[in-house]
Amino acid sequence: MADLSIDFAGIRAPNPFWLASAPPTNSGHQIHRAFEYGWGGAVWKTIGAPVLNISNRYGGLSIAGQRLLAINNVELISDRPLDVNLREIAEVKRMWPDRAVIVSAMVDADPQAWRDIVMKIEDTGADGIELNYGCPQGMSERGMGAAVGQVPEMCELNTQWVTSITRLPVIVKLTPNITHITEPAHAALAGGATALSLINTINSVMKIDLDTLRITPNIGGRGTHGGYAGPAVKPIALNMLAELMTDARVRASGVPISGMGGIVTWRDAAEFLLLGATSLQVCTAAMHYGYRIVEDMIDGLSNWMDDKGFATIYDVAGRALPQTSTFGELDLSYQAVARIDPDKCIQCNLCYVACNDTAHQCIDLVADGGVRVNPGFDVRANGRQVADTRPQPVVREPDCVGCALCANVCPVDGCIEMVSVPSGRESITWDQLTAQRPEVATSWDAMMAYRKEQGIDIH
Amino acid sequence: MTDATAHVPPNTPVPDANLFAETYMPLTPHEATVEANRCLYCFDAPCLQACPTHIDIPTFIRKISTGNLRGSARTILEANFLGGTCARVCPVQELCEGACVLNAEDKPIAIGRLQRYAVDHVQERGVQLFQPGPATGRRVAVVGSGPAGLSAAAELAKLGHAVTLLEKRELGGGLSTYGIIVLREPVEVSLREVEAVRALGVDVQTQRELVGAADLDVLLAEYDAVVLAVGLGAVPAMGMPGEEYVLDGLQLIEDSKVSPDALQVGRRVAVIGAGNTAIDAATIARRHGADVTMVYRRTEAEMTAYRHEYEFALHEGINYQFLTQPVRVVTEGDTVTGLECVRMVLGVPDASGRPSPRPLPGSEFVIPCDQVIKAIGQEKPALAVALGLELDHGYIAVDGGMRTSIPRVYAGGDCVRARGTASTVMAVQDGKYAAAAIHEQLSAPKEAAHG
Repeated sequence: MADLSIDFAGIRAPNPFWLASAPPTNSGHQIHRAFEYGWGGAVWKTIGAPVLNISNRYGGLSIAGQRLLAINNVELISDRPLDVNLREIAEVKRMWPDRAVIVSAMVDADPQAWRDIVMKIEDTGADGIELNYGCPQGMSERGMGAAVGQVPEMCELNTQWVTSITRLPVIVKLTPNITHITEPAHAALAGGATALSLINTINSVMKIDLDTLRITPNIGGRGTHGGYAGPAVKPIALNMLAELMTDARVRASGVPISGMGGIVTWRDAAEFLLLGATSLQVCTAAMHYGYRIVEDMIDGLSNWMDDKGFATIYDVAGRALPQTSTFGELDLSYQAVARIDPDKCIQCNLCYVACNDTAHQCIDLVADGGVRVNPGFDVRANGRQVADTRPQPVVREPDCVGCALCANVCPVDGCIEMVSVPSGRESITWDQLTAQRPEVATSWDAMMAYRKEQGIDIH
Repeated sequence: MTDATAHVPPNTPVPDANLFAETYMPLTPHEATVEANRCLYCFDAPCLQACPTHIDIPTFIRKISTGNLRGSARTILEANFLGGTCARVCPVQELCEGACVLNAEDKPIAIGRLQRYAVDHVQERGVQLFQPGPATGRRVAVVGSGPAGLSAAAELAKLGHAVTLLEKRELGGGLSTYGIIVLREPVEVSLREVEAVRALGVDVQTQRELVGAADLDVLLAEYDAVVLAVGLGAVPAMGMPGEEYVLDGLQLIEDSKVSPDALQVGRRVAVIGAGNTAIDAATIARRHGADVTMVYRRTEAEMTAYRHEYEFALHEGINYQFLTQPVRVVTEGDTVTGLECVRMVLGVPDASGRPSPRPLPGSEFVIPCDQVIKAIGQEKPALAVALGLELDHGYIAVDGGMRTSIPRVYAGGDCVRARGTASTVMAVQDGKYAAAAIHEQLSAPKEAAHG
C-alpha cells in the first residue's frame, strides 16, 4: 500500500486531497462530514470582510449533454460572521487533529487588518493560512482578491504583512487572470510565502440564454463575469503549475505547490502530482457529486502508485517535469506518422474528413483490392451489408506531417497511433539551427535552401 | 428482450396500462440528447448508404444534438416524406442501425427512435416544412395513398405539379393506416402524413377506386402521368376444408386499428404463417389475452419474419409449431374447435432455395383452438392483369424509373415488389424514383415526351 501522507510546508495530512476554499468548506458542519468521508484536509472558505451574497450565483457549462464540465460563480467570500467561522474552525481542528485545516483569508490591503485576522486564525489552532489573492469577482472591485494578486507589488506587500507576524505556514493562492503566472509567484516568494497554490478561478461569462437573451446566471435581469472552474480548466492549471515548477526562482525557493483546477478523479490528481504539486485541492467535483468522491480518489491513486511502484507522494511528485521544454529545445528532426490499425478501424471516416478538409490531405479511402476510391455510394445500394464493403482509410505515410489530428478525432482507443519513424536527418533544435544559421529565421530563401539541403519536402 | 428493445433504457415503463400503446415510448429530450451525442457523425456514413431513401442520418442526428429539431425533421423529410412512419416500421436492424459503425464495439445508435423524435416534434405541432413548387400546369394522378403513393404525390407536389391522389378506402395512408398494428404505428401517425400531403396542395380523393382498363384510360386522358401504387391483394386461399372459417390476418389488423370495438378475438388462436404480418396478427390476439400458436410448415431458419420480430413474438408469449402444415379447420356446427395439422419434414431445396417441406404420413394431429387466422402472404396485384400491364413474376414490371409497359404509367410500392423485399421505406423510394422520372418526362419538350 502506497503511503499517501504529506507534509506540505509543515502542514501534515493523511492524504493529499484537500477541499479547496469554496462553498464545500463553508462551515464546521460541512467539513466535519467531509473529514468523515476521508478528505485529507480542507481550506476553510475565505473569511474576512463583511459581505452580502447575491442570488443566483452559479453558471454551468454543459457540452453534448454532459453537465458541469465547468462552473462559474459570482459568489463572494464567507457571508457567515467572522467569530462564527473562527469558533467552528477551532472545533473542527480539535476534533480532527490529524487532518489539515487551513484558513483562507482576505481583508483590506492594510497591515492592521491582516494582523487582526492572522492573530484570530492562529488562535483557532489551524495548521496554516491561505491568502486569497485570486477571486476575480466581487471582492476585486473592493481592492481585495485578484486586485492584489494581479499586481506583484501588492502581492508582495500583503504577503509580507502576514508572514512577518505569523508562525503558521502561509500559502499564497495565485490568480490565473494574469499574463505571466511567475510574476505574482515571485512577489509572493519575496513576501516570504512558505507555499503557493494555484489556480484560482478564471474570468468568464458562462453563457447567454437563447430564449431570454440574458446572461446566465441572471441576477435580477443583469449578469456579470464570474470565476470559471471545473474539469474544463485543468489544462490551463497544469500549464501554470508547470510554469512555476520549472521556474528557476520558484525551484530555488523550494516552496511546495498545492495544485488545483479541474481535479475530478485520481487520474487528474496524479497528473498534478507528476508536474510537481504535493497537495491537491478540489472544489467543483465535490460540488457536482458530493464529498463521497474522495474515496475513489484515494483508492485509485493508491492503486496506481502501487502498480507503478511509487511508495510515497514524493516519489511521484515532479516525475514528468524533466520532459517540460521550450519550443526552441524540441528536435526538429523528429518525425512521427499516423498509422491506422485496420483491425480496430470502424470506418467512421472522421480521420479522412479531418485530414482532407483541415490538415494535409494524406489519408486515402482504399477499397478491397487496394483501389483508391472517392467518398460516395451507389444510390441503389442499401441494407446493412454496405458496412461490409466500406473502403478503409489508409495514411499515405510519405505525405503525413505527423500533425496527429486524425489520432485526436478517432473515436476508437488505440486505433490510430502516432508512430516515430526515422527522418534520416540529424537531430537539431531550433535554438541550435538559428545559432548556426541565423538567416533561416529571417529569410525565406535561406529557409528554403536549408530544407532543400536536408531533403525536407513539405506537401 | 429483443434486439429492438435493447435500445430501450432499462427503466422505461412497459405500457401495460394500455396494451395497445406504441411499444416504444417516445424518447425524452434528455434521452434524445444523450443518444444523439453518442453518434460519431461519420463522414460518408454507412447508415445513410444503408437507408433505401438515403436520409442524411448523421446530419439529422447532429441537428438533434444541437437542439435544431425543425432542421432535423426537414433533413429527414426531404429525403423521406414518410419519415414518421419509417421511424416506426423500418427494419432498422437490417438497414441503418445494422450498418452503424458502432456495431463493431458498442451498440448502434437508436436511429429509428431519434428519427421519430425529430419528426414527431414538427408533426405534433403541425409545422409545415415544405411548400408546393411553382405551378407547372401539369397534372399527375396517383392511385393508392399508401407509402409509395404518398411519397410520389409529395415529391410531385413539391416540384409544382398538380397531383390528384385517389384512394379506394375511407381513410388515406394505405398499409400504414390499415396494415400496421398500433403497437408499432398508431393510426394518427399515418393520417398526419396524409394531411401533410394535402397541405402541399394534393387533392386527396378517398373512396375512389381504379378497377379496370377503362378507368386508366380516363385518367390518362385527364392527366399527364399516372402512378399506380395499389399494393397487393388479400391473403391467398389455402384450399383446405373449413377455410371459410379462417380469418384474414390483414383484416384482423385493420379491425384492430380502425374499429377496435368490433374486434372478435378467440381464447385459443392458431395463426397460420410466420412472416411479419403473421406475427402482428398473433400479437394482437395475444394482447387480447388469447393463447396463441403460430403454425409454420418449415423451421425457424426459413421464417420470413425478421429475427427481431420473431424474438418479439417469443417475448410476448406466443407459441410456435414448426414443421406443421394445416390441413383442415375442425368445426362443430359453426364453431371452430381446432386446426388439424400434419407434421412436415424438410427435403431438398426448392425453387426458392429453401428446403422443401413434405408431409410425414400418418402424423395428423389437432391443435385445439376457437379461432384460426391466416397470414401467409398477399395475392399479387390482380389489377396488373386487368390493365394489361407487363408483369414480372406476377407483379407489375417496371424499369429503373418505375415506368411500366404502358407509356405515362408508372408504378411503385408492393405492387412492383418482384424481388420480395417489401417494406415501407422501399415503397417511399419507389415514389421518389417515379416522381423524378415523371418530372423529367414532363419537363422535357412536349414533342420529345410524346414523340
